[in-house]
Amino acid sequence: MEINIQKRVLEANENESERLKKFFKEKNVFVLNVMSSPGSGKTETLVKTLNRIMPKIRTAVIVGDICTTNDADRLQSTGADVTQINTDKFGGDCHLAAHLIESTAKEFDLERIDLLIVENIGNLVCPAEFDIGEDARTVVLSVTEGEDKPLKYPLMFRLAHSAILNKIDLLPYLEFDVDEAENNIKEVNPNIPVFRISATKEQGFDPWIEWLEKMVFSKISK
Amino acid sequence: MHELGIAEKIVEIALASIPEGIENPKVERMNLRIGKFASVVEDSLRFCFGIVVKDTPLAETELIIENVPVLVHCNKCNFEWEVDDPIFKCPECHGTDLEMLSGREIDIDSIELAD
Repeated sequence: MEINIQKRVLEANENESERLKKFFKEKNVFVLNVMSSPGSGKTETLVKTLNRIMPKIRTAVIVGDICTTNDADRLQSTGADVTQINTDKFGGDCHLAAHLIESTAKEFDLERIDLLIVENIGNLVCPAEFDIGEDARTVVLSVTEGEDKPLKYPLMFRLAHSAILNKIDLLPYLEFDVDEAENNIKEVNPNIPVFRISATKEQGFDPWIEWLEKMVFSKISK
Repeated sequence: MHELGIAEKIVEIALASIPEGIENPKVERMNLRIGKFASVVEDSLRFCFGIVVKDTPLAETELIIENVPVLVHCNKCNFEWEVDDPIFKCPECHGTDLEMLSGREIDIDSIELAD
């Protein structure tokens, strides 16, 4: 006997994400989902970003890591509200799901927040599949990785609204072709803005900050 | 690595779909549709599925996976084509305002119970 099911397996997360989107809209909070592979410099990029946008944009950060609170400690030093989600102390989930974001976001005083940044778990595969109620996605790629990463992980780059090419201060010491990397990103997602920055040296931040502020202010009106 | 979570979800949905009142139900086959653009590694999913189904009516279920191609529609010239490489530009008009018609599925189609 065949039983027809016709069901999307990730439907529960999709529904939760849609509900969260409405919740954040009511609260007037812009949500940015930041993703990358491990070690691309997400946290340093965010630390320097927070230093520039606060207090004009009141920001809170949810940091996803399988283990440790090291990233949260660094982000806290900027004065932003930071909460850490550890998916498992001994090697747990590889992504953040919508239900985790909801319970964590409620720990913040959302009336006093304009921007909620979710620093997702370092992984270019799994987080791409899981919407978390975000308004935009930013993917960070560093020049110490391969130029072909966007072609190897196309879903991540296809679904992103902006891309950051980080660690450009290291280019003189590498054989990394930064134009090729940007072209590969644009093959997968032709209209995406790509920002070349060095987080540690704070180079190239202006266009990225301008994009972020424009996105946030287009949604919120506090 | 999220294949374990997907396998658990698949089994949960399948178990909930077995009609009540069937004595010792046994699922012979499960038909899935997985898009080529979904971040699912088939081998990992099969491996995880094999672990999750132990001691359930799906313990001996054959997993049949249909791979769904990535079909794209160009909103500028209405051309539709199948994408093999992850390059998203209309081959007809070079437009970039595109809509993905299929390729992201992670769907359960049906299960087949033993008579």
